[in-house]
Amino acid sequence: MKQILILSGKGGTGKTTVAAGLAHLASGTASLVLADADVDASNLELVLHPELEETTPFEGGVKAVIDPDLCTACGRCAEVCRFEAVLAGDEAYAVDPVACEGCAACYYQCPVEAIAMNPTQAGEWYRSRTPWGVLFHARLFPGEENSGKLVTTVKQNANLWAIREKADYMLVDGPPGIGCPVIAATAGTHLALLVTEPSMSGLHDLERILGTVAHFQVEAAVVVNKWDLKPSRAAEIEAFCRDRGVSLIGRIPYDDAVTRAMVSGEPVTAVTDGPVTAELWRIWRAVADILAD
Amino acid sequence: MIISVASGKGGTGKTTVAVGLALALLEKPPADVASVTLVDCDVEAPNAALFLRPALGPEEVVELLVPSVDAERCTLCGRCAEVCQYHALAVVVDKVLVFEDLCHGCGSCTMVCPEGAISEVPHRIGTVARGRVGSMRFAHGHLDIGRPIAVPIIRQAKRGMHDDKGVLVLDAPPGAACPAVASMRGADFVLLVTESTPFGLHDLQAALQVARDELGIPVGVVINRDGIGDDGVERFCLDEKVPILLRIPFERRIAESYADGVPITQTVPELRTGLLELYGRVREAVA
Repeated sequence: MKQILILSGKGGTGKTTVAAGLAHLASGTASLVLADADVDASNLELVLHPELEETTPFEGGVKAVIDPDLCTACGRCAEVCRFEAVLAGDEAYAVDPVACEGCAACYYQCPVEAIAMNPTQAGEWYRSRTPWGVLFHARLFPGEENSGKLVTTVKQNANLWAIREKADYMLVDGPPGIGCPVIAATAGTHLALLVTEPSMSGLHDLERILGTVAHFQVEAAVVVNKWDLKPSRAAEIEAFCRDRGVSLIGRIPYDDAVTRAMVSGEPVTAVTDGPVTAELWRIWRAVADILAD
Repeated sequence: MIISVASGKGGTGKTTVAVGLALALLEKPPADVASVTLVDCDVEAPNAALFLRPALGPEEVVELLVPSVDAERCTLCGRCAEVCQYHALAVVVDKVLVFEDLCHGCGSCTMVCPEGAISEVPHRIGTVARGRVGSMRFAHGHLDIGRPIAVPIIRQAKRGMHDDKGVLVLDAPPGAACPAVASMRGADFVLLVTESTPFGLHDLQAALQVARDELGIPVGVVINRDGIGDDGVERFCLDEKVPILLRIPFERRIAESYADGVPITQTVPELRTGLLELYGRVREAVA
């Protein structure tokens, strides 16, 4: 079983469009398990017709709560908190749950044991059936911490399922950026597919995500979306990939079928046989070739 | 006045709007605006500088204080590992292992060590640079490659950049998790930039929950690439009574000059008026 992770650095370059298109095309000839690792903006479910089969609560971490009856307003908690999460009061102190990172420093330092560390439900994760494979996805409750931990939970469960069902591939739609959820998503990945766009921002962020996957020793290949929107910038990306010795395996043209597919809730490959679908086919064959080596 | 420009979904045009708003205010400052500052809080994918080309001062290194255990004094009692909520410390046969990248720098282990064997040492996680674009003040941060924790860099980038008589525009990262929260916290108003597609709507809902419901900050929406997609965002804003403050049309010339790092106020000069009107409505909402 081979794991493919779709990343981008910059958001909105088309990760989910590529993920859904590849899932739709590849499922004709191979067995897939799908995962959405973008847990605070999980859009893959919007185009895969998921039928929910199982929901599991996700306990993120703990958060400090001060008992106002026990608190003597000594201020020790505010003194030790490094996250600006303790709000001073005349009679009793309080904790801002949005700012609290659950470190428990205040809990251990409070001289009158007025602080409890309460577990919080930070989200949910789901197993759903789709026409193109079982989908593992999740929702981090807005403003919660621990997105990396939820990504790991989703991926571990998808991975176990894929191994048990003897799937050929696990296809993972990743989060934007290069930080904690991205790093959590790279674990166990055989190939990172980096989706970029022909713009200065696209190239700048491609360089950072390429550095990130290289740091974790994951092989990468690049796909340029909306390739024809700015040919001069596309040529720069081409040159960049050559310099870095990274394969550029796809050049997806701009096509409003992509938006139409999003609106009708379908993978783009299900609504058009045009150039976008043809290019996604080429990309899938290139991915399968790389992973066959 | 602090205005945070956020979105939920990535690539909807946060940087376009943040840069455009800052430049419109700079070129024709309303009477109440003594200065304009922009801080790029998307430290994982910081792109505002590509559009503003600021003159930057030296980089400040952002460090987290992580534990360092003095093996001479350590008795391997394990108290440090016990209190650490992030599993950043582990006691093995004859020493304490520290996993710097899991550490949030809370200092709890140092405080509880009965032998006073732990000291805190700086661990580099990224950089912040400050500078100017004409009379606009500017700052951005970069998370180092391979480092997971972005929030301390966002906090440091914002520090000291606000003055009471000026407008501070924060260009937030996508999503609705801790980096996005850190970029909205303390703002007087959150502008949510979206596009009128099911993806844009889905992620707008999460960002709205953070900004309005969790943080209690007034919000308004900017619809980018207006004309594509469907009317889902429009109907949602109506239902939720969230004002739509600006629409940026879907045009090829906008996409092309975006690709070249040209601010939208240059490509579509008539948008300056719209951005200034938007600021006026934000000011009314905050007052």
